[in-house]
Order: sequence, then structure tokens, then C-alpha cells
Amino acid sequence: MGDIITQSNQYLTFKLGQENFALDISRVREVLDYIHITKVPRTPDFMLGVINLRGNVVPVVDLRLNLGMEPEERTVNTCIVIVEIQVGADVLQIGALADSVQEVVDIESDNISPPPKLGIKLNTEFIKGMGKRNDTFLIILDMDKVLTAQEIEQVENATSIVPTDVLEEISSNSQTNSHA
Amino acid sequence: MSTPHNFKETFIQEAEDLLAEVEECVLDIESDPENADAVNRLFRAMHTIKGSGAMFGFDDISAFTHHVETALDYVREGKLRVSTKLIDVILAARDHIKAMLAQAQGGPAVKLSTTEALVKRVNELIPNKLKNHEPGELVQQSIVPKNVAEHETVFRVSVKPHSNIFSIGMDPSLLLEELREMGECTVTVFTDDVPDLKALKPESCYLNWDVILFTDFDENAVRDVFIFVEDECDVRIDDITDEKDEIPKVGEILVHKGDTTAEKITEALNQQPKIGDLLTTSGGVSKQKLKSALVEQQTLAQRKQSTSQESIRVASEKLDSLVNLVGELVIVQAQLSAVSKSVNNHALQSPVEEIERLISELRDVALSVRMMPIGSTFAKFRRLVRDLSNDLGKEIKLETIGAETELDKTVLDKLGDPLVHLIRNSIDHGIESPKTRIEAGKEAHGTIRLTAVHRGAKVVIAIEDDGKGLHPDVIRKKAIEKGLITEDAELSQKEIFNLIMAPGFSTAQIVSKVSGRGVGMDVVKKEIEALRGTVEIKSTLGKGTTIELALPLTLAIIDGLLVEVNHDKYVIPVNSVEECLELTDSSKAMDKTRNVLQVRGELVPFIRLREVFGAAQGVDILEEAVVVETGDSRIGLVVDKVIGDHQTVIKSLGHMYRNVQGVSGATIMGDGNVALIVDIPSLARIANIEEQARLSHKKHPATVN
Repeated sequence: MGDIITQSNQYLTFKLGQENFALDISRVREVLDYIHITKVPRTPDFMLGVINLRGNVVPVVDLRLNLGMEPEERTVNTCIVIVEIQVGADVLQIGALADSVQEVVDIESDNISPPPKLGIKLNTEFIKGMGKRNDTFLIILDMDKVLTAQEIEQVENATSIVPTDVLEEISSNSQTNSHA
Repeated sequence: MSTPHNFKETFIQEAEDLLAEVEECVLDIESDPENADAVNRLFRAMHTIKGSGAMFGFDDISAFTHHVETALDYVREGKLRVSTKLIDVILAARDHIKAMLAQAQGGPAVKLSTTEALVKRVNELIPNKLKNHEPGELVQQSIVPKNVAEHETVFRVSVKPHSNIFSIGMDPSLLLEELREMGECTVTVFTDDVPDLKALKPESCYLNWDVILFTDFDENAVRDVFIFVEDECDVRIDDITDEKDEIPKVGEILVHKGDTTAEKITEALNQQPKIGDLLTTSGGVSKQKLKSALVEQQTLAQRKQSTSQESIRVASEKLDSLVNLVGELVIVQAQLSAVSKSVNNHALQSPVEEIERLISELRDVALSVRMMPIGSTFAKFRRLVRDLSNDLGKEIKLETIGAETELDKTVLDKLGDPLVHLIRNSIDHGIESPKTRIEAGKEAHGTIRLTAVHRGAKVVIAIEDDGKGLHPDVIRKKAIEKGLITEDAELSQKEIFNLIMAPGFSTAQIVSKVSGRGVGMDVVKKEIEALRGTVEIKSTLGKGTTIELALPLTLAIIDGLLVEVNHDKYVIPVNSVEECLELTDSSKAMDKTRNVLQVRGELVPFIRLREVFGAAQGVDILEEAVVVETGDSRIGLVVDKVIGDHQTVIKSLGHMYRNVQGVSGATIMGDGNVALIVDIPSLARIANIEEQARLSHKKHPATVN
């Protein structure tokens, strides 16, 4: 799958509630309309389930719950943003639910400041920085940290360990194919 | 294959195959030092490694192997006796070559001192008087038998002994025996001349034979077989090698043999195509003769088939991607079928059905390509058994049955470690020392039997030892000690045996380097379950233990039963489904007090998937139960609705869901939605844990499985 290009000044912006968020465009693979998500039983709420992305099974998370916001009803604008994240040495695809996707914008690195320590009601763990554009602030997310050790632990505690390496192997092969 | 690098890869692969053969031969020789064939094979393998090693620039390997080869050459010539020491050295040398190969592939560097020490050990074995003359190429000649033709030839040998042959003290069967030793033989016997019993003279020979012989020897060598019976026998030897390339017609064979003439054949052919029957009546060919010709035709055809069955090496990634593509195809085909059904167009339906048939065939072929015989895995264990039993001072024989049984490569690769664990367990805990065995009235040497058989869509691998067996009381005591069960737990013998697979359990009194760290059996169980398999333990105290692993043939695509639970679809692997039944009102009334179903007089515990999967209790829906087997027990899975068959391409749920229980994967259905695959063993486990939490009774504190 190759390395992810990290140098980019372009960001995809989207909304969760009233707040504006941004994701590094080089990490975004595509934006899908909301489709049926199959819930995997016995998993935490923020893990919404899995969808079929052209033959691959891709998990979807609810960013609202990740960020500590209240869940919201789906609307016509609800989208699934497919992002690539780095877990260890692997690059995985996950879907993130967004209330509505806005636009692609340029933010120069000069206009990005580190996340504030105080004064923000959200879970700051996976906020990469605050981007300033015109007079609005964009919260730039670090998707790699969405699946933090803490949350993986949460899943592990909710269930117990069953190795599914074999299946992972099969699926990683199929993913390689679809990108070849 | 264009770069030197690739040549090296090929050499390394080849050398690894040869090393596997070396190991096999050495172990063969160890069990039967007189096995000249094994010695020859061993020598040839080493010789090839040496030769091609030098060719591809692996001079160190070549130089090292040369010493071993020299020693083996003496063995071949009978100048050096096979001893345990020799066997040990050769095995060590084999491992060393393997390490050298690994080094060439970027593995850890091999110490020169090890090489030297091994060379010294090899040389020490060779008696001094032999060392003076260096066995060179002249050796080469000795393995080449006399009178060898360049290539394999096919002869048709017709032997018709005169009726008085017995009177000169010759038994014709010895001649056939001799022919058989020269190569592969197909023998047809003619009994036409055998008279009625009344007229039969017991001292006369009435039989004659046709032999199709595939041999490396030339015609003279074949003729030599009959050298002493030339006068008492009509022998006709024909070289029919050329005919091997083009399978001759029965008629041609008969003409060639002089059993009939071309005219008679044409005549017969003109009459009717059913040549065989016609010739027996019109062509003056006896049924027996015809049969012989038919056998010849068949043999040649088979031979042609087997020789043209070439094999090629393919990178396993290519096969994986082939299987994946077929998987995608199966999904799309399901979608296509769904569309075709909804459109209800006749013209569309028939090609769609045809595609369905072709794809299912393609699926089987693609999967069969990945199938490999388990034999190569079994072969590795011979060494393990040998080394371990030597270490522990035990005498153990390893028997393998069903080495040709085929399993998916992925399954096979993952199977190695659990099997090693189990065999180690058998050697360490199962089989007693020779002394104890004799005291117990058993043979001094123990036997471990590895069996692989197909059973339905599963392969069952059994590891059987004739050791001391499992002691239920000891296990029970230990489990209580470890807090796995309480003292008043009532467990069946099977449940007790299953305790050894509980995490943190080890029955070995002394922790040896072989086993006893208490991680063995539960890891085995987990690994086997990850392969969708089950583990079953049977044991008789004092007689031995059998551990059976039941594994699916393949992991990529399975046949599933599609069910619905709370509007979500789930797939239950069909090979574990025994039956589906409706939950009647009477059984529903029953489950207020207990979760058991009555299936034809037998009580089957059941799990409500709605409950386990955390869905709301359905109101007034007709529920159905799918009875499945896990291990050797049965459970019912209560679902809202059974939908039907579904060819399931297994997809992983990925990293995020890798620790999920109750489901083992996902699949994509015809409508594009995702259905989850039910993991029966883990489901049974959760249900058990939850039930116990609910009961929080001391009634059955721990039921493994």
C-alpha cells in the first residue's frame, strides 16, 4: 500500500454539530453517502459496525462519541468519510461518520496552532491542532489516534481475546488486491 | 528467472526440499540401517546440494557438504557402518546446511567454528585406512547399474512357457518376479488353454502371460531374464516405447502382436465400431487376448497421463490473490443472481444460472489449487520425535496414516505449532519410560500415531499415544488447587479432560524443557479454534490418550446458513449445522425455567442470539432454532428466521474488531450488505460465562467449553 504522503496543506472540512473539523486530505480516500451499517454485537457504542466498501469490509466509527459529544439523529447530509489510518506498520481503512461534509480548503502550516490545553470541551487526545481560516477555527483531527490504545483496551475488556489472525491475513490480501 | 538473484532463490528452495528429503532418508536409515535405497537417495540429495551449491556460488555450502558426501559414500560402499553417531552427525550437518541457507537469505551468520567442528566430527567417523584414497568420480559409476538404456523403455514381453516347464524345475512365476524387479509391470494372464478339471494335468503349465514393462534396462537385459529357459519358453520381446507417445488402438496392438491381421481388423471395423466384441467372434481373437490388449492400451494411457502431469512452482501470494478474486466473483455472482430474480427475465435467467454453476466450479478448482497434502507436515515430526525421545531416554515410534490427506495451505501453515505442542505433550507426559512400560506389561517402545482423514467437510487429525493416559482424579485435584473448579463440582470425565485446556493448567509434576509451562493446551485450543476447528480429548488410564482436531478444509470460502436476528443477518457455517426446527409453543413454555430444547427425546441446551447479541427481546415472533454441533456436543441457536443457503466468502472484520467474541468474520451478501459469521465455540463460551454469572450458584462453577 505504500507510505502515506504526509506533506499536504489541503484539508477536508466537515461538521459535527456546530463545530467545524478538518482532516488531512491525503488521508481521505473517499466520502460516501450514509449506507446501512451492520453493527457487530458486543462492541462499544462508538464502533458503529461495518460496511461493504466494494467488497472489503470496513469498520465505521462515530466521531461524535469518540470526541465525547452526544449522538445525533442521521440526516440527509450524514456522510461516511473513509480515511486511511496507520496502526503499527499497517495502513487500514476506517469510516468516520460526519454530520455533513463541507469543502476542501488550504491551510498554511503557519496558521495551525497546537491544540489548547484548556477551554475545549472535547476529548483532545486526537486533535492534531487548531487551524485558522478567515475568522473561523477548524479542529484538525489526527485519525491515527482515533483507535488509541485506551479504546482498543476497552474492546478487549468488553470481550476477551480470540485470535483472528488467519482472517486478518486473508482480508489484508484482498485489500492489497483491490488497490493494486 | 532472469536475474542471478532468482537463480539463487531457486537453488535455496530446491536445497530446502532436498534437506527435507535428507532428513527423511536419515530417519529411514536409522530405523532400517540396511535400507540401501535410502542410503542412495541420501547420497544423491547431498550430492545435488553440493553440485548446485557450487554452481550458484554457494561455495561454503558446497565445501561443507562435500565432507558429508564423502562419509556417505563410504556408507554406500559398505565400508562405513551406520551408527547412531553417524546419524547424529548427518542430522547436525543437515541443520548446519539449513542454517547456511538461512544465512544466505539474510539470516544470522553461521559460526566458522561450528562448521569446522562438524567437519571434524564427520572426518572422525571415517576409518583412517579409508582416508588415503579420495573417492572421486569413479564412485559415480557404481550407482549406475549395468545395461542401462538412456531413457525409460517400454517392452511388451509375451511369455508362453511350454507345458513341461515344471518338469525341469522351473517356476515361471520367478521369471515374472524378476521382470517386476526391473521396473513397473502390468501383467495379464491368459487362461484360455486351461482344460477342464478332468483333463487337467497338475504337472503341466497351461498359462501364458503378457507383461508391459516400463524399465530403464535395455532389451538384452530383459532377454537375460529368460536365458535359462529359452528352450522351455516362447518369449517375444517388443520395444513399444514409441507407442507410448501416441496411445495405439486396440486393433493396432493386436496386429503388432501378431494375434490378428490388419485385414481382419478392417473387416471387423467395417462391420461395426464395437471392435472388442466383434474381434472375439470374427477376428479369431480370444476374449483373453483382447483383454490383454485393452490392459495394454489402458496402461499406456495411464502412463502417458502420469508423465504429462507436470507441476510448477507458484508463489503462494499468487494463489492467494486468485482465491481472493474468486471470492469477489462469488459475491458479484450472488448480486447478479439476486438482480436476475427480481427482474424475472427468462432470457437473463439461463446465462445467470450457467455463470452460477461455472463460478462454483471455479471456486472448487481455485481452492483445490491451494490444497496440500499434510504429509510434509507429518514428516517434520519424525525428527522431533526422535530428538525428544532421545533427550528424555524414551523409546518412541512415530506412525503416520493418511499423509496424502489434503488441507488448505493456510490451515496447514497454522497447524504446525499446535501439532508440535501436542506431540511434545505425548512424548513428555504420555509415553512412559521403557522401564515403567515393561513393568506395566507394555512393549518397551511407545507408539505415537498421527492420523489424518477426511470426514465430511472436515479433516480430522488425531494424535494417539499408547502412554499412561490422563488421570481424571489428578486433573481434578489440580484444577481445584488452581481454583479452576470448586471441590464439589460435578463433572463428567469429558469435562475433566477439557480442564487441561483451561488457561494456566499443567499436569506435569516437574516442569521440563519440553513442556509443562502450563501454556500448552489452552494455546492449542485457541489456535485450533481460530482455524474454525475443534479439539477433543479421549483417554483411557493406562492405555493412552487420543487428541482429535477437527478442521475445516478451507478458510476462504464456506457454505453458510443465512439467518436473521433482530433485522440483522448472520451466517452459521453449514458444516456444523445439524438441523433447523421451529420453536413450538410448548418448548417456549419450557424455557421459562431452563434453556433446553427437546429434540427427538434428547435435551439440547440453547442460546438465544438476541440475548447474547444484546438485542431487544422480540415480541410475538415465531422463532426458529438451528441445532449445531460444537466439538461433540450439540447446542441450539435460537434465531428469528432461517433464510437459507449462502455461499460465504469470509472477510475479516479487521484490526478494530479483532477481539470481538461471538462472531468470527463477515461476508457480503447479494444486496451488498454485510452479514456477520457466527463463531459457535466462542458463542457457547460467552453463553456459559453469562449463565454462570446469572446463576452465581455453586452448582456448576466451571464448565470448560
